[in-house]
Amino acid sequence: MSGAVNPGGWRPQMSAAGAQGDSATHTGNRALMLEEPLLFEIGSFDRTGVDFDAGEPMLTGRHIGGPVESWMEAVSYDSASFARTSAIALPALAEGEAVRHYTRLSRQNYAIDLGLFPLGSCTMKHNPRLNEKVARMKGFADVHPLQPQQSVQGALSVIDELADWLLKLTAMHSVAMTPKAGAHGELCGILCIKAALDARGENRPVILVPESAHGTNPATAAFAGFKVENIPATSEGRVDLAALTARLGPDVAGVMITNPNTCGLFERDMRAISDAVHAAGGYVYCDGANFNAIVGRVRPGDLGIDAMHINLHKTFSTPHGGGGPGSGPVVLSAALAPFAPIPFVTHGADGSLHLVEEENIGEGHGQSFGRMCAFHGQMGMFTRALAYIMSHGADGLKQVAEDAVLNANYVLRSLDDVLDAPFGASGPCMHEALFSDAGFADGFTTLDLAKGLIDEGFHPMTVYFPLVVHGAMLIEPTETEGKATLDQFIGALRSLAARAKQGEPSLKTAPHFAPRGRLDETLAARKPVLAWQGDKE
Amino acid sequence: MRYLPLSDQDRRAMLDVVGVPSIDGLFADVPAAARLTGPIADLPMHKSELAVEAHFSALARSNMSAAHHPFFLGAGAYRHHIPASVDHLIQRGEFLTSYTPYQPEIAQGTLQMLFEFQTQVARLYGCDVANASMYDGSTAAWEAVAMAGRITGRKRHIVVDGLHPHYLSVMHTMAAFTGDAIDVVELAHGESPAQTSANAIAKLDGLINDGVGSIIVQYPDVFGEIRDLRPLAELAAARGALLIAVVTEPVALGMIEAPGTMGADIVVGEGQAIGVGLQFGGPYLGLFATKQKYVRQMPGRLCGETVDANGKRGFVLTLSTREQHIRREKATSNICTNSGLCALAFSIHMSLLGEKGLREMARISHERALATADYLSAIPGISVKWRPIFNEFVAWLPRDARDVARQLAAKGVLGGVPLGRLFPDRPELANGLLIATTELTTNADVAALGAALQEVLA
Repeated sequence: MSGAVNPGGWRPQMSAAGAQGDSATHTGNRALMLEEPLLFEIGSFDRTGVDFDAGEPMLTGRHIGGPVESWMEAVSYDSASFARTSAIALPALAEGEAVRHYTRLSRQNYAIDLGLFPLGSCTMKHNPRLNEKVARMKGFADVHPLQPQQSVQGALSVIDELADWLLKLTAMHSVAMTPKAGAHGELCGILCIKAALDARGENRPVILVPESAHGTNPATAAFAGFKVENIPATSEGRVDLAALTARLGPDVAGVMITNPNTCGLFERDMRAISDAVHAAGGYVYCDGANFNAIVGRVRPGDLGIDAMHINLHKTFSTPHGGGGPGSGPVVLSAALAPFAPIPFVTHGADGSLHLVEEENIGEGHGQSFGRMCAFHGQMGMFTRALAYIMSHGADGLKQVAEDAVLNANYVLRSLDDVLDAPFGASGPCMHEALFSDAGFADGFTTLDLAKGLIDEGFHPMTVYFPLVVHGAMLIEPTETEGKATLDQFIGALRSLAARAKQGEPSLKTAPHFAPRGRLDETLAARKPVLAWQGDKE
Repeated sequence: MRYLPLSDQDRRAMLDVVGVPSIDGLFADVPAAARLTGPIADLPMHKSELAVEAHFSALARSNMSAAHHPFFLGAGAYRHHIPASVDHLIQRGEFLTSYTPYQPEIAQGTLQMLFEFQTQVARLYGCDVANASMYDGSTAAWEAVAMAGRITGRKRHIVVDGLHPHYLSVMHTMAAFTGDAIDVVELAHGESPAQTSANAIAKLDGLINDGVGSIIVQYPDVFGEIRDLRPLAELAAARGALLIAVVTEPVALGMIEAPGTMGADIVVGEGQAIGVGLQFGGPYLGLFATKQKYVRQMPGRLCGETVDANGKRGFVLTLSTREQHIRREKATSNICTNSGLCALAFSIHMSLLGEKGLREMARISHERALATADYLSAIPGISVKWRPIFNEFVAWLPRDARDVARQLAAKGVLGGVPLGRLFPDRPELANGLLIATTELTTNADVAALGAALQEVLA
């Protein structure tokens, strides 16, 4: 195999228009906007960016006077029979090349660190750097999950302290810390409900989910073997209590409600919903994706909820990292607590902390539905979330909810004269403001406005969700945006709304100033190219 | 509060625009009984950065860090060296504080990285395609079983003994709710890899019928042993079942044949060992790869190549009609968030290693395991059985290894994972201590482990 992966040499593609225009460049670069080839086009096979030491010869049994076994030779011989002889075809970069490759790639990303990232239901808030610092302390970052428990008391304390905060903030009975993300937390809650029903000897195959729910809710219920039925919303954007109550019965295991809901509204009837579901023998799951709106101001336990996941990567600021990792602890009512998954942390009589896991599950935790993942959950997210929570304290978290809700209402009322706010008459919103595409010129859509926002230097809002609103635009500014940023964003949206209503053609082809224009998603799906094949053609 | 930019003057001005007299007016929809007025009682108030840092420093010091002690733990989480540039690059705010790349025009950095990551994983595993990552190896393994069920329409799955018990627990948890059956089959060891394979086929031959959707086998298994996957792949294919290979130590594939190349239909595993670090068990990185023909049955996000409006190459999330945000209850999985930042760390580390560095790291890790096994087996009372291994093996002690591991820790040595903790229901394994080595294992570490074991076992 030759050393170079791309012996012909990679060349940036230049559009025909660009090549002929005044601003064409030889490289395809535009000053600080730098094109970057694929790793496979610039790496090579005959070098590495990591050096290993030759080192001293390893000790053998001879050194301590024991018998020299033929073991080592036999194993060497037999392991060799599995040898990977053909090329793996993984190219390498020297360190400087790698730093440049990934730095250039990073500059093609929008991020909270660059500006407002108002994705509704995603809670893109500032990620404090103290959290990164504490998570990297050797005593957390370089600790193995299966070390003897006496050697990880500090790590178990972090889990225990965070659990205590989550329980007090939610007024719930117990918390399952291991779920790896929001949807995994939903699964945890739904499995608790299933286990509780099994313990009662009841078969209730149906889970009710509002039309406005996140897609993960119905997918989770189906993944756990339930049949999903939708319940409608009222004209003001809330769950239709009458329709929900009418559907309750002996076949309904429970409901999954998002509160505050995905229209950005608080479910006023939550307590009545919980009471009705409980009276009919079911359980109430609350999707806590929007907990940021009420943290420190409203406790879900006071609303009759049986299970709710908390996205630490939303409300408690652990970084989204381009799509994860998340963390989704689930708080549980007394009714569901006995069924919580292992492992979890308990206090010993001597004050030390212990894990309940397979070894000791029989000691009073026999109803646990089992294990959801290897090891103990997203420890790296626990340290970050706890640092965030301690920094804010009870007073700061309450202020978080208030400022998040104030910012969203400020956006709502600063735009509802130029953009249609379908539930604007329903009163104040919570942490996110919802608009529709009503009033746009023919052929102009929410997507066009979103792409125009990119040219204005903002990340677009969540678009086409919730599904109950045509051309939905869901804006969640979060509490870490100041008024000046919001005013600039509002100004940009007012300008874009006018362009969409007038049908200005340039909006149809936005973005014009991003690293890429609109991408052909149909082509990507019709003939999927999911791995680089350049060296196999 | 240092993270909140609004001033009281801002708040008053904004309330005026909203048209409510006070912030309480914005929470009017919350029923009075559930409305809190002051901060929640029994919780502390906000703290300074230095106070929070001091609190965490104290907690961190009370843990025994692998950085400061001879260290031999593995069992699905491995401590390899991570180049300094990896952590530097993943902390660039444009990666760290970006979101799932739903707006591809301003997320090409994440998307191109994911395309490169998918290619790296597919090549490492010897498969056609890989996804953009799952939560971790254990959840990826269940997703593989669920996918095999969708493809074959069969509800029974055979696990070859030697699968990480946490992974098996996750399968049992999920199968109890989906109505799938998970059966574990113990296979006898032979005196050579060929004989071990022959034993396996003889035993499995009668068990794999037309109700079996998949055979699941870990490679190398949780005891460290390497098994030939080719006969298993042939048997599975002959019976219409899929072979699922689970890899918890990806560095092994720098030395031993790739599962996909040996015929596995789905290869899943844990990517933590490359770039991610121990982190007390999470966040980790689920890897998931398969054959091209099964792409539309895969769970999780996929990044694909396309072109933009000007004809330039670009990347997008694709085939999302499999996913929950489009398909809702008919989706292939409920997964939404993946492990993007860990995938980035893996991909950067792999880009630095390349094939050459990966093979070298694997070779050193393997040779240190052989030397460590040889050294320990010379200590009276300790025995090591012949097995083809990569970097992990079982040292059999004269008494329960859980007690021994605790006593080793008290002597400042993190000496391995006792099998009794992983398999509390199998007393015949209680004396086994599972020992892993990597390029970070030094002669001094091995000598310290040997000396501590001699003292503890004396």
